[in-house]
Amino acid sequence: MTPQTEQELADVIASAKGPLRISGGGTRPIGNPVVGEALSTSGLSGISLYEPGALTIVAQAGTPVAEIEAALDSENQRLAFEPMDHRAMLGTDGVPTIGGVVSGNISGSRRISVGACRDHMLGVRFVDGAGVITKNGGRVMKNVTGYDLVKLLSGAYGTLGVLTEVSLKVLPKPETSATLYLNGLDLSRAVEAMSKALGSPYEVTGAAYNQAVSLRIEGFEASVAYRMGQLKTLLAEFGDLTEQPDKKTSEEIWDSATNVHGFSDAPAVWRISVKPSETPAFIDVLQQMHGFDYALDWGGGLIWLAAYDDHLSEAAHYHQDSARHNDTVAGAEVLHTNLQHNAGRAGGHTTLIKAPDAVRAAVPVFQPENPTVTALSKGLRAQFDPRGILNAGLMG
Amino acid sequence: MEMPIPNQDILARKAQIVERLQSILPDAAVIHTESQVRAYECDALTAYKCPPLCAVLPTSTQEVAAVLKICHDMGVPVVPRGSGTSLAGGALPTADCVILGTARLNGVLETNYDDRYIRVQSGRTNLSVTGAVEEMDFFYAPDPSSQLACAIAGNIAMNSGGAHCLKYGVTTNNLMGVTMVLMDGTVTEIGGAHLDAGGLDLLGLICGSEGQLGVVTEATLRILRKPEGARPVLMAFNDNEVAGACVADIIKAGVLPVAIEFMDRLCIETTEKYAKAGYPDCEALLIVEVEGAPEEIDEQLAVILDIARRHDPVELREAKTADEAARIWLGRKSAFGAIGQISDYMCLDGTIPVSSLPMVLRRIGELSEEYGLKVGNVFHAGDGNMHPLICYDANKPGDLALCEAMGAEILKLCVDAGGCLTGEHGVGIEKRDLMSHQFAPQDLEIQMAVKDVFDPQWLLNPAKVFPLVSSQSRRIAAE
Repeated sequence: MTPQTEQELADVIASAKGPLRISGGGTRPIGNPVVGEALSTSGLSGISLYEPGALTIVAQAGTPVAEIEAALDSENQRLAFEPMDHRAMLGTDGVPTIGGVVSGNISGSRRISVGACRDHMLGVRFVDGAGVITKNGGRVMKNVTGYDLVKLLSGAYGTLGVLTEVSLKVLPKPETSATLYLNGLDLSRAVEAMSKALGSPYEVTGAAYNQAVSLRIEGFEASVAYRMGQLKTLLAEFGDLTEQPDKKTSEEIWDSATNVHGFSDAPAVWRISVKPSETPAFIDVLQQMHGFDYALDWGGGLIWLAAYDDHLSEAAHYHQDSARHNDTVAGAEVLHTNLQHNAGRAGGHTTLIKAPDAVRAAVPVFQPENPTVTALSKGLRAQFDPRGILNAGLMG
Repeated sequence: MEMPIPNQDILARKAQIVERLQSILPDAAVIHTESQVRAYECDALTAYKCPPLCAVLPTSTQEVAAVLKICHDMGVPVVPRGSGTSLAGGALPTADCVILGTARLNGVLETNYDDRYIRVQSGRTNLSVTGAVEEMDFFYAPDPSSQLACAIAGNIAMNSGGAHCLKYGVTTNNLMGVTMVLMDGTVTEIGGAHLDAGGLDLLGLICGSEGQLGVVTEATLRILRKPEGARPVLMAFNDNEVAGACVADIIKAGVLPVAIEFMDRLCIETTEKYAKAGYPDCEALLIVEVEGAPEEIDEQLAVILDIARRHDPVELREAKTADEAARIWLGRKSAFGAIGQISDYMCLDGTIPVSSLPMVLRRIGELSEEYGLKVGNVFHAGDGNMHPLICYDANKPGDLALCEAMGAEILKLCVDAGGCLTGEHGVGIEKRDLMSHQFAPQDLEIQMAVKDVFDPQWLLNPAKVFPLVSSQSRRIAAE
């Protein structure tokens, strides 16, 4: 079903006889597998309001991200949180929508300096599980009127309500962008270097590690040159920094980091959020048991971890069921359990982003939470979706 | 202001309640004599006062949990209170409530410069969070005007903003995790030193919930490295609308100042009398501040001043020295105090789309004449967060009511212009009954359903946020 108006969508939900499987452009099949009738928001499309002077844009949930980015580009503005495009990594096709971005709280490398998608969210309209059309927030940058359901709906993967319209804060595009590289550092020195750069006054807007450390600097031409110079001096103890001053090349580097192009051919990929200083130990401990590849973003606070078939077969040997010791699905389950266990102990969380359906059906895709948070989340779901029909079970 | 009738049964059990609280707290932490509880009878919205049943000042999460459990078991409402600087009556007591003050929860628990966060007890004042990391050249970004006094607990409850949030965001954008106690005494961690929620974003929901969902006792806050420098410019115009247009042009130009502040003639003149900042004689002035290295500041200011020149300014004044910079900010920072010297006033904080600024300012001027009350405008122009100061005489019968009626009209105007009732002060009791102008019944219903989950008995911070008529059935059912 692809309703064309908010009211039609509300009617569909109100009269639904069973569970609904909700999607925007369908490019991010993340979460525990969901059953039910397909319901797409792609029919609700179009920018309703764009005020460059107020740094705000309002769009229907099914509006393609590309359409929004093109509109912003024409005014030299952008979505500063740099939403990730999952298609290359997940091997999906289709058209990513702004509603999908918000539903997953999808952010990219710049999240470390400007905040996540949810930090740029100003307002939502949504239809709850009873078919009631509701609004929260608005289209102004400061708004504390009533409870903030905007944040709650951002990253709820459609399980609390189906977004019909979102309003976002946008920001000016900088004049230029440049990247600095630092080669030859091991993991813990790399994290130290990134922390030092991010703790400097030079406004680093990206800090990633994939064999080399990459640091992004954006702004006016002269200011970027000045800050690159300062960072070179600041980080001299870590080695010589090389410059990539070309704007286009720099943008491609960060496009690839944000969209995790390096793991497109991996069958299983996880996304782990811990505080950066925990990351070296987290990786070390895991390497003592398992083989895997990884890349870091957010100054080391975001770990992208990929396992290939040989890694998964190896990991399968640790599975409690000896009959499955050559089964890559079993291997993914083992790795997943360890990752969530270790992330939990480090005070963070692990989400399984990419894996065969059999794995996603067998494990909690999202990090299990403490009993109180679990109970509160369950209570909220019961209020927003009393029949439990909206992407039921997607988040566990 | 209508408040629910105090529960006579609770009032009758005061001695028993105090005794239970004394059994788990040191005697000095339970304040219950008639003269002592008066210290808690109001917050910064001083027009409304009501002494509480008693007040407690716990020093740890465990003590807060024990207090809440007792109140929960005895069915006693609890009003959490940070430093009591709410301009919206967010910490106004009811006669049958226990005030839970965070004043003694003021420690620093952890600072981590590598991962750039600080963990504090929630009663710590906003400015002293920066104070704790200043020696390493770090700071905590949200800067409400009351930052010398206001507590992080209250900042989280109201999702407080400040002058510099155009660049750094408000509390919710700088809050990473909390330890929170639910009304039944359950203690839970939400978020932490890592980024983003692993499941539903409960942290985002807690922030700005006006102390109605739980009591935050500890908070993990993002700290940032101080910029190399900052410099303000002052721009004077002979027309409010021109100043407004200049703001929009600056934002569109691709420079992002850390602050754009606006003052109108009444504020300028009044402030000059008291602060003597040497402001020019004009209808409207803007203070625009940019940050960075000296060369970056020069470059950004060049762009900004260029735009300002196209708007026919009366004067452009660039701060050349730290002293000149301080003088530019002096008037703005003294504005509320200066108005307070000449009159009682009510400060609103409705927010509007920046494009509506000229229309809303014009209409406020008309309302000022209709009601015969002076209005000064001083506000964060970059984000559309208005601060009309309506002057009235508290000793003149009927003047407060007149002022409130006019305030309600201004707030409705903000909503009708595409904005909202409150940008940073919160709803409290002050804007409670205007909520139905901004929200349809179903919008309020789902918010109240959230409270049902966290506080099924509706004991936390009663009679705030929602119109009394909307929450009535729930409050009665909970009794």
